[in-house]
Amino acid sequence: MASEDVKNSPAATVVFDTVAANSLVKELRSTVIAGKTKSYEWRASQLKSLLKMVEDRDKEICDALFSDLSKPETEAFIHEMALMKASCKLALKKLKDWMKPEKVKTTLGTFPSSAEIVPEPLGVVLIISAWNYPFLLSVDPVIGAIAAGNAVVLKPSEIAPAMSSLLAKLFGEYLDNSAIKVVEGAVPETSALLEQKWDKIFYTGNGRVGRVIMAAAAKHLTPVVLELGGKCPVLVDSDIDLTVTAKRIISGKWGCNNGQTCVAPDYIITTKNYAPVLIDSIKHHLVKFYGEDALNSLDLSRVVSSNHFARLTKLLDDDRVSGKIIHGGQTDKSSLKIAPTIVLDAPEDSLIMNEEIFGPLLPIITVNKIEDGINFINSRPNPLAAYLFTNKQQLKEEFVSNVSAGGVLINDISLHLMVNTLPFGGVGDSGMGAYHGKFSFDAFSHKKAVLHRSFFGDAPARYPPYTPGKLRLLKALLDGSILGIIRALFGWS
Amino acid sequence: MAEEDHGMRRSLEELRQTFKSGTTRSVDWRKQQLRAILRLIHENEHLLFQLLESELGKHPVESYRDEIGVVKKSVDHALSCIDQWISPKKGRLPLLFFPASGKVLPEPLGLVLIIGSWNFPITLTLDPLIGAISAGNTVVLKPSELAPKCASFLANKLPLYLDPKAIKVIEGGSEVANQLLEYKWDKIFFTGSTKVGKIVMSAAAKHLTPVTLELGGKCPAIFDSLPNADMKVAIKRLVGGKWGPCSGQACIGIDYLLVEQKFASSLIEQLKKIIKRFYGDDVRNLKNLAKIVNKTHFDRLRNLLEDPAVANCIVYGGSFDDTNLIIEPTILLDPPLDAEIMNEEIFGPLLPIITLDNIEESIEFINSKPKPLALYAFTKNEKFKKRILAETSSGSVAFNDTMIQFVCDELPFGGVGQSGFGRYHGKYSFDTFSHEKAVLERSFYFELEPRHPPWNNFKLEFLRLAYNFNYVGLLLHLLGLKRA
Repeated sequence: MASEDVKNSPAATVVFDTVAANSLVKELRSTVIAGKTKSYEWRASQLKSLLKMVEDRDKEICDALFSDLSKPETEAFIHEMALMKASCKLALKKLKDWMKPEKVKTTLGTFPSSAEIVPEPLGVVLIISAWNYPFLLSVDPVIGAIAAGNAVVLKPSEIAPAMSSLLAKLFGEYLDNSAIKVVEGAVPETSALLEQKWDKIFYTGNGRVGRVIMAAAAKHLTPVVLELGGKCPVLVDSDIDLTVTAKRIISGKWGCNNGQTCVAPDYIITTKNYAPVLIDSIKHHLVKFYGEDALNSLDLSRVVSSNHFARLTKLLDDDRVSGKIIHGGQTDKSSLKIAPTIVLDAPEDSLIMNEEIFGPLLPIITVNKIEDGINFINSRPNPLAAYLFTNKQQLKEEFVSNVSAGGVLINDISLHLMVNTLPFGGVGDSGMGAYHGKFSFDAFSHKKAVLHRSFFGDAPARYPPYTPGKLRLLKALLDGSILGIIRALFGWS
Repeated sequence: MAEEDHGMRRSLEELRQTFKSGTTRSVDWRKQQLRAILRLIHENEHLLFQLLESELGKHPVESYRDEIGVVKKSVDHALSCIDQWISPKKGRLPLLFFPASGKVLPEPLGLVLIIGSWNFPITLTLDPLIGAISAGNTVVLKPSELAPKCASFLANKLPLYLDPKAIKVIEGGSEVANQLLEYKWDKIFFTGSTKVGKIVMSAAAKHLTPVTLELGGKCPAIFDSLPNADMKVAIKRLVGGKWGPCSGQACIGIDYLLVEQKFASSLIEQLKKIIKRFYGDDVRNLKNLAKIVNKTHFDRLRNLLEDPAVANCIVYGGSFDDTNLIIEPTILLDPPLDAEIMNEEIFGPLLPIITLDNIEESIEFINSKPKPLALYAFTKNEKFKKRILAETSSGSVAFNDTMIQFVCDELPFGGVGQSGFGRYHGKYSFDTFSHEKAVLERSFYFELEPRHPPWNNFKLEFLRLAYNFNYVGLLLHLLGLKRA
C-alpha cells in the first residue's frame, strides 16, 4: 500500500498507515538529531507563534468549538483559549530558567567533585488528545513538549472533527513543520502511530484506551503520561455557605462542557438530613443560570456525539434509576441535548454509579453521617479529583489525608488545574504522570545526572588489592564521617 | 501451583489490609523499619560477606563498597531526611484566587512490587525498599533467583527485622514473577534487562500500574589524551570501572572504550599493567575479581568471542576457568562493529576498544547506538565536555571517573530511552514511590459572580481581564470605568 506525505488537503484520500507513520517519525528524528529543536531561540519562536495563532484566529477556534460541542463562547474562552494563553506565556517567561542545569550538593564520598542535573529533550514525542477540550488538551501538552525541546506529533481527537482539521491547518501555518506535525484520523491512524518507537507518549482520555496505549508503549519501553478520568466525588457537609456551594457545583458540573470534563463532579455525597436543603438550592440556581427550559439553554454545551448520547440515555434507562430522577431528565436526540438531571440515591450497583458519567447527569447519594462519605469514596477507584465542601477544619484534614485522588479541592470545583504551581495528573485508575507549569516541561524532559570529577584526591581504598585497612577507610568515606576517615587513614579505627 | 497462587493471593490481601489500616502512614513506623534495615545489615555483615563471596565471588571490600556500604548510606540519608520529604510543599497561588491556599502533599501509592537483580542482590533489593518504606507503602520484594543464597537470606532475615504484615519477600523464578505480574500493583519497580522490562511494562499496562524500569545498555567510556600525571589515576579508574563491579556484570559498568588510534597501544599497555596489579594474570588464580553468575552467562560471554574475526582482536586475556566460572579480564582491539559483542550489552569482563581518527568522532559513534544508562568521558578539554553533554543523551554522565555517580544521593539515578525510565536514590527514591497530590483550599468569601452563568459580555470581559491577571483593569471594569 503506497503512502504519501500527509498534506492538509481535505480532498486527498491519503492512507496514513504504518509505513507513513514510520517515515514521519524518521523525518522528525533527523530534525532532532540535527539539533534544530534544542536551541532556546527555536523553542521561544514556536511558543511565540502559538500565542500569535490563538490571538489572530480566536474566532475560528471559537467557531470550531461551537461546531463540535455547541460550546458557548464564554466557555470556549475561559476553559480553552485563556488557559492555553496563560500556559504559553508562562513557558515563554520561564523557559530560560527551566532550561538551566540545576547544581546539586555532593558529599564527602565523592570529594572532590561537582554535580548538576541537566534537562534535555527526550526526542520525538506523540501527543494524543481528547475531544472535550479539543483545543486546550491538544495545545497545552504541545507547549510543554516544545518548551522541553522535542519534536512533536499531535493526534487530535476525531470526535471533535472541526477542531482536528483546524489544528492541522493552523499548526501548518504557524509552526515549524519540520518538527511539529498533526496527524488526523481515527483508530487505524492512531494504531499506525502507536506501532512506532516514540521517546514519550502523552495521552488524555479514558482508561480503556489508556491500557492499549501503555501496552503499545511497552514494546518500545516508551515512558507515558496518561491523563485519564474517574468518578470525581463531591462530599457536601451541612456547615457551608449553601448559595456559594450550589453555584460552584453547578458551574463545575454543567458549566464545564455540560459535565463532559475529566474533573467534573461525577456524583455528590451528603447526609440524609441535609440532602433536601442542598437539592433545593441546586434546583433553584439551575433555573437562575439556565432558565426554566434548560434543555434549550444556549449557555450549555451539547453532548458531543450520538454514541455518547446513547451511552448517557442508557444510564437513565435502568428502571431503578429513572424512578429516582428528581430534576430534569429531558432529552432531545436530534440536537443531542440532555437537560441537567439529578438522580437521588440510585442503587450502588447501577451503571450510573459505576461508570464515569461524563455528562449532565448528577447522582446524589445520601449517607447517615458525613464521615461515611469518606469511606464510600475510598471503596472506589482513585478519581482524578475529589471535592469537599465544609467549614469544619477536622473534616478538611481527614479528607485531605485519607482520600487518595489526583488532586483534592476544598470548597470549590476544578480550579486547581488553573494553578500552574500545582501538578495536574491522576493516580491509580485516574492516570500516571502530571503536567501544567514546570511539570509540563519536566514531563517532556530527561533530567540527566552529571558528575564532574578531578584527578586529585584519588582514594587508593577504591582499588585492589583489597586490605582490611582499605575496608575501614571505605566505610568511613561512605559514612561521610571526617573523623572516621582520619582515624582510618592513621590506622586508628 | 494453585496452592502457591492461593498463598500468594492471601499474602497480598494481608498487605492491602495493612495499608488500609494506616500502619504505614505513621512516620514513626517508617523510621522504625528503616532502623531495622540498618540493624539487619549491621548484625549480618559477616554473613553477607560470606554469601556474596560464595554466590558471586565478591571480595568483602567490593561487597562493602557496592552493597552493604551503599545500603547503610541510603538508610542513614533517608532517616535524616524523611521528615522533610513527608512535609507538604506550598504552591504559590495568583492573587485572583484569594483567599486560597495550595500545596503538594506526597502520599504513598499503596502496595508496591520491587523486582531485584542478581548482580547486586542486596543493593538492588534493599535500596528501592528504603524508598518504598520511606514513602509509606506496603511492599513485596522479589529477589532474583539467579542469586539464590542472597534471595534466601532476604526471605529468612527480613521478617525477623521488618514488619512482616507490611513487607514480604517472595522467592522464585520467572514462573513466580509472572504470577506476581498478574496482580494489580500500585507501582512496580524493576531492575533488569530490557527484554524482561518490556514484559513487566506490558503486564503493568493491564492495570494502569506506573512503573520504574532500571535497565542497562552499552555504557561507553571516551578516553581523550591526558597529561601523564593524570594518566595513572585515569587508568586505575578505568580498570576499576570495568572489572571492579561484579567483573563487568553491572548496568553502569563500562561496556566499551573509545580512544584515538594513536594512543591505543600505549593505553592498552597501561591497562595490562594495572589489570595484573589488581587481579593477577593467571586465570586459575585471579584475585579481587567476581565470578560469572552462572553457566548460561558464562557460555554467553564465551560465545561472544567465538567468531574468529572477534577472537583475532583479543590483545589481552581471553582465558576461561569453567570450573570456577571465572573469565580473565579480556581486552579486544577494534572488533568488527557488526559483531554481537559490539551490539549486545556485554555484561562481563570483556572490554572492546574502538579506535577513532579523532576523539570527537566518539560522539557520533555513541549516538548511533541506543541511549545508555551511563556515559563516561576522561578528558580535560572543557569544550569537548560541553559538546558531550549537549550532543549525547544518557541516564547519567561522569567526567574523569566511573561508577561513582551511583553514591551521590543528590543525583537522580535512572535511564532514558532503552536504558529505562523513572529514577531513584535519595529523595528520588521517596518520590518514585509517592503520589504527589495537589491540594487547593478555598474559602466561601469573595465569590466572583462573573464565574457563573447566565453569560453576558460584561462577564466575558471580566474573565478576559482576570486571565491576564490584569488586576487594575479588573477593578476599573468592576467600577464601570473601563471600556471593553
